Amino acid sequence: MPEENARTRTIAVDMVARVEGEGALRVTVKGETVQDVELRIFEPPRFFEAFLRGRHYEEVPDIVARICGICPVAYQMSAVHAIEQVFGLRVDGAIRDLRRLIYCGEWIESHALHVYMLQAPDFLGYESGLAMAKDQAAVVTRGLRLKKAGNAIMTLLGGRSVHPVSVKVGGFSRVPLRRELGALKDELLWARDAAVETVRWVADFDYPDFALDYHCVALRHPDEYPFNEGQIVASSGLQITVSEFEQHFIEHQVAYSNALHCTLQGSSYLVGPLARLNLNQGHLTPLARQVLADRRIELPLRNPFHGIIARSVEILYALEESLQLIERYEPPPEPALPVVLRPGTGMACTEAPRGILYHRYEVAGDGVIRDVKIVPPTSQNQARIEQDLRLFMPRLLRLPDKEAALGCERVIRCYDPCISCATHFLNLEIRRESA
Amino acid sequence: MSNPDERQRPKLAVVKFASCDGCQLSILNLEEDLLALGRMLDIAYFPEASSDMRPGPYDIALVEGSITTAEDAHRILALRQQAKVLITIGACAMAGGIQSLRNWADVESFKRTVYPSPEYIQSLSTSTPISEHVHVDFELWGCPIDKSQLLRVITDLMVGVQPRLPADSVCLECKRRGNVCVLVAKGLPCLGPVTKTGCGAICPGMGRDCYGCFGPSEGARKGPGLPPNTTSLARHFHGELQLIPIEVMRRFRGINGSVSPFRAESDIWEQKT
Repeated sequence: MPEENARTRTIAVDMVARVEGEGALRVTVKGETVQDVELRIFEPPRFFEAFLRGRHYEEVPDIVARICGICPVAYQMSAVHAIEQVFGLRVDGAIRDLRRLIYCGEWIESHALHVYMLQAPDFLGYESGLAMAKDQAAVVTRGLRLKKAGNAIMTLLGGRSVHPVSVKVGGFSRVPLRRELGALKDELLWARDAAVETVRWVADFDYPDFALDYHCVALRHPDEYPFNEGQIVASSGLQITVSEFEQHFIEHQVAYSNALHCTLQGSSYLVGPLARLNLNQGHLTPLARQVLADRRIELPLRNPFHGIIARSVEILYALEESLQLIERYEPPPEPALPVVLRPGTGMACTEAPRGILYHRYEVAGDGVIRDVKIVPPTSQNQARIEQDLRLFMPRLLRLPDKEAALGCERVIRCYDPCISCATHFLNLEIRRESA
Repeated sequence: MSNPDERQRPKLAVVKFASCDGCQLSILNLEEDLLALGRMLDIAYFPEASSDMRPGPYDIALVEGSITTAEDAHRILALRQQAKVLITIGACAMAGGIQSLRNWADVESFKRTVYPSPEYIQSLSTSTPISEHVHVDFELWGCPIDKSQLLRVITDLMVGVQPRLPADSVCLECKRRGNVCVLVAKGLPCLGPVTKTGCGAICPGMGRDCYGCFGPSEGARKGPGLPPNTTSLARHFHGELQLIPIEVMRRFRGINGSVSPFRAESDIWEQKT
């Protein structure tokens, strides 16, 4: 029990480094008790859902890509699938494969960036991947080359890796030739081996002993590790179709918080690589299983710091999947299916690198967008991040403020939060009396 | 700790305002060149990549994003005082970005659309380019920027050369690459004739119409530094390609919709709707 007049201490991180977008953290501690945990996002709102109204459906993939430069494909994929649902269009075969392939590229690029440049420095005692490169050039070079392999897939299919230009409702504006895809193969084979090394490398890091009872949420598909399709499942046993998302996941704005919090059955939950891996372990490849077994890593993972392991396993998965997709590729007869306009509402959820990304579009008969709702993964994880900080804080209380603040930042970075996915973030001071 | 050598290297800051982070990612996408850049420059402030954040003054500041809050309007003034050379990177910093679509709308209603309690939101009614707030020394267009253009500008500055980037249209790049013209052959409303080159003409290369990521081109018919002929292209969209006025308006009111020639053209066609 804290004494009545215990010293009140504030631990502040003015700018959370090595995350995408800008946020700050303030933790107020009285005696031994954590009173407040405030993850403050000062990324300004950009109002995508508002200005998408009145735009034509064909413009949507170009516009929503700009929500996030790190995961533009995720935004494009959720958007085209939702709009295809409106038009009753079902994309299959080679076009579906190419969508999985470009998504693999994004996972590889985004995860490799996070594993090597953003999070590994925390475990190895550096302030950045660049600083790490001075002592461990070979490791950092491997990470950057892995990331480049992901970018190469995106560039071939999308024209460029940041804001690809070819994704459209019905398919692509251009699909690659078989030999163009084949040209990626050697580099992807190298990358697959590098991904195995990556899993081994991160598995040997020193992890704090910190296990939590996560309520994991992810897509699940009967035949494959999820990217674009599947049902939404939770570790509580919940299993719903994507159309039911808004009945179960409630977004609400609260006066004391700077983000729309999303809750499931009234409480926080976890999305992203850790949740995805835990809920889809049945679809791991034999190689990925073998590498995990070699390092005695058992699923489900329950330590947020193990997110880096989950991300590394997903890099490996995405490379194996890419190689398979390239091997069986035969160009489709047309790069995109024809669209027949009809009014309606469509929803889709896909697995962005950071977790499920839900989109809903209402489209008028002339193809103009009437209404949009977007729920990005980071706003879904926000409540969970604050909860993790609250639980982890007691271990940091004996440290000086500066080190305690660094400890908090490390917890936040486990989530690879993408604050730029800012459709829902506000710019506001948090004042909160208690939990 | 930096050794004496490191102290002599130019200090670089990468600073973000309202944006998607894609241009900063283009810096990280330099991959092996990134390590070389890290040796050439002292990366003193780049929160997205490093926890080591040191105060100015800086020799070069790369600025991503547009100004959308009162706080950011102050922050850019303070940064300008700390930066010897200030370079804006990307469509947000240059033209206000896609989020400048709010400039034609009622932001209060935008807030109500996105947030249940709009009164908690602090946001300016406009999204404005950096150059409306402070002097900008050099501009790198693109949504996102092209990483080789970035590298070229930084190396030019380091050896004391005034950087110059091509300002002619995407059309010329298409011709050089031998792309089939999507405007002529497919009848797509391509902005290539009025858009600055720099992306590598990737949209026509991928079989679709350019949508203006690199902003208005210069020169062409009217001469260097002068705006492109958006009037003629807009008339072609309407007359030959049968776009209705609101479609012509949307065409120009996109990624770089707030930059003057595109803005003026979209306003003209809005009046015709």
